Amino acid sequence: MIESIPPGMLLVLGALLVPLLKGRAQQAFLLLLPVLGFTQLVMLPNGFTSSLTVFDYRLTPIRVDELSKVFGYVFYLAAFLSVIYSLHIRDNIQYVSGLMYAGGAIAAVFAGDLITLFVFWELTAITSVFQIWARRTERSYRAGLRYLIIQVGSGVLLLAGTILYFADTGALDFGILGLQSTGTTLIFLAFGIKAAFPLLHSWLEDAYPEATVTGTVFLSAFTTKLAIYALARGFAGTEILIPLGALMTAFPIFYAVIENDLRRVLAYSLNNQLGFMVVGIGIGTEMSLNGTAAHAFSHVLYKGLLFMSMGAVLYRTGTVKGSELGGLYKSMPWTTAFCIIGAASISAFPLFSGFISKSLILSAAADNHYTLTFLVLLFASAGVFHHSGIKIPYFAFYAHDSGIRCKEAPLNMLIAMGGAAFFCIALGVSPDFLYSLLPYPVEYDPYTTSHVVGQLQLLLFSAVAFVFLQKTGLYPPELRSLNIDVDWIYRKALPACFRSGQAAWARIRLASGRFTVASIEASLRHVRGHHEPPGVLGEPWSIGVAALWAAILLVAYLALAYL
Amino acid sequence: MNEIEEKEDRWLDRPGTVGKIIWGLGLLSVLLVLSEFFFDRHAHYSWEAIPGFNAFFGFVSCVLLVLAAKVLRKILMRDEDYYD
Repeated sequence: MIESIPPGMLLVLGALLVPLLKGRAQQAFLLLLPVLGFTQLVMLPNGFTSSLTVFDYRLTPIRVDELSKVFGYVFYLAAFLSVIYSLHIRDNIQYVSGLMYAGGAIAAVFAGDLITLFVFWELTAITSVFQIWARRTERSYRAGLRYLIIQVGSGVLLLAGTILYFADTGALDFGILGLQSTGTTLIFLAFGIKAAFPLLHSWLEDAYPEATVTGTVFLSAFTTKLAIYALARGFAGTEILIPLGALMTAFPIFYAVIENDLRRVLAYSLNNQLGFMVVGIGIGTEMSLNGTAAHAFSHVLYKGLLFMSMGAVLYRTGTVKGSELGGLYKSMPWTTAFCIIGAASISAFPLFSGFISKSLILSAAADNHYTLTFLVLLFASAGVFHHSGIKIPYFAFYAHDSGIRCKEAPLNMLIAMGGAAFFCIALGVSPDFLYSLLPYPVEYDPYTTSHVVGQLQLLLFSAVAFVFLQKTGLYPPELRSLNIDVDWIYRKALPACFRSGQAAWARIRLASGRFTVASIEASLRHVRGHHEPPGVLGEPWSIGVAALWAAILLVAYLALAYL
Repeated sequence: MNEIEEKEDRWLDRPGTVGKIIWGLGLLSVLLVLSEFFFDRHAHYSWEAIPGFNAFFGFVSCVLLVLAAKVLRKILMRDEDYYD
């Protein structure tokens, strides 16, 4: 019975009951749902599928295999930790939409056909926007709208691609698609939007930092990693992904260095981490795909942890701007410690989770002689330590003392951060656990002296560079500012074009109106000229002239009648 | 805001502490490079095995990254209420 429910649906349906409960009972129920879902997933064997026929279409709502299971496990884990992190809020909208969003993403991962994928793809889009809107400000409302349009647009592309693909092949199965037709190219684009490909990325940096304290934690886990899963499933070995991914690792870090909003810095580094996974998919070997799955797994946890720590700072101080923070380690020592663990993980310090997952992708790149890609990834690895590893903890918790004194984060937040931090260390210390979950067998030992020393050199000298730049005053200060990105096109340039177009149209209409009026007046004047007194036709006629004209007309009439 | 008692005399606030941390970092960095002379570096590429390659690469990458980002700031930076 329980097997016929797609994994994730327990969360989607269970979420609807959440508003009926209150207090402790509600909290217990919120925590129970991911646990139940996780248990269901553990019981589902690899290779399990469930199909049904709707009209003439054969759908496969459930397809369980190694690849979908890795993502399913980490999504349930992320849902569980996110729920703990948000237990202090009293907002049913965030609970319901958060659980439905997580459930939708999980169900999408187990979709065996493109129609089921589309349905859950859109469910994640629609439910996730409430994590942004729940902040209930004008700013978040607008950011949410922009986010929703792009997310739903991705779904529309997916549906269009699916229809074309079905017309071409007569199949709806979601397996390897490859860039072979217009249909699959549209699907590729749909995935690419959610995976935040270069130039399609700015929704991520735009929207995530505008979500609620807890909303960003939910958001950071699911949408983009669902896209990574979908790319790995449909486009493994598609070579264009290698340069695309390499570009994704590199360009966001420049933004991250000069960004002031620390949650936006994390959004840029999220984009950078996705790049590593995309490269792994592009290389398409067993090792690189293992790397992508492993990196997605550890990434969900350490990125969630980093967003949790910055969320705690926002919750307690009301800001996450680097220019306003500093010295918080005195007030929030636990949050500081957890943040540093997340920072060490994303930086891939030995003994932390990022180290054992990212190195699979780097090794695969080198093994397959993608030398330039390897160097770009190495550059991005140094860069990610620079901004996520050092900048985030440094400007929030150390740097100059901002004078802000606040309480430590609430207990539920600390427990969630502690849980995520535990996994960051545990995965790093005993890599075999994560390796055993991966789609293909792993024969790789990250802890060789050579690898550890090489990585430590890269990281420590990045730290030396930070000290050097700080001491010489070359390091750019945190300024109250924003940096324009691709979203400038649709937030500034297009509206400006539209407005000036509108103005031009108004001028044209005004001018053409004037012209019409003027020409009517001119013709009236012309007619008046003839028909009013001074004109030929306007002169009063004498009776004789009138009688003559009447006679001429009568004669002409008679003549015409006889002809 | 002063809900938490200010603890006097924090190690990190003492003068000289930051200096000690920096010296420690420097010492560790030098040792890491020197250590490469005592074992065989298994590398994918021959240039990777040059002692100190990763150290050099990490340092240069970060300096260039930050300097380039500073230039970008001149082009990209706007007021906080630019979009409002």
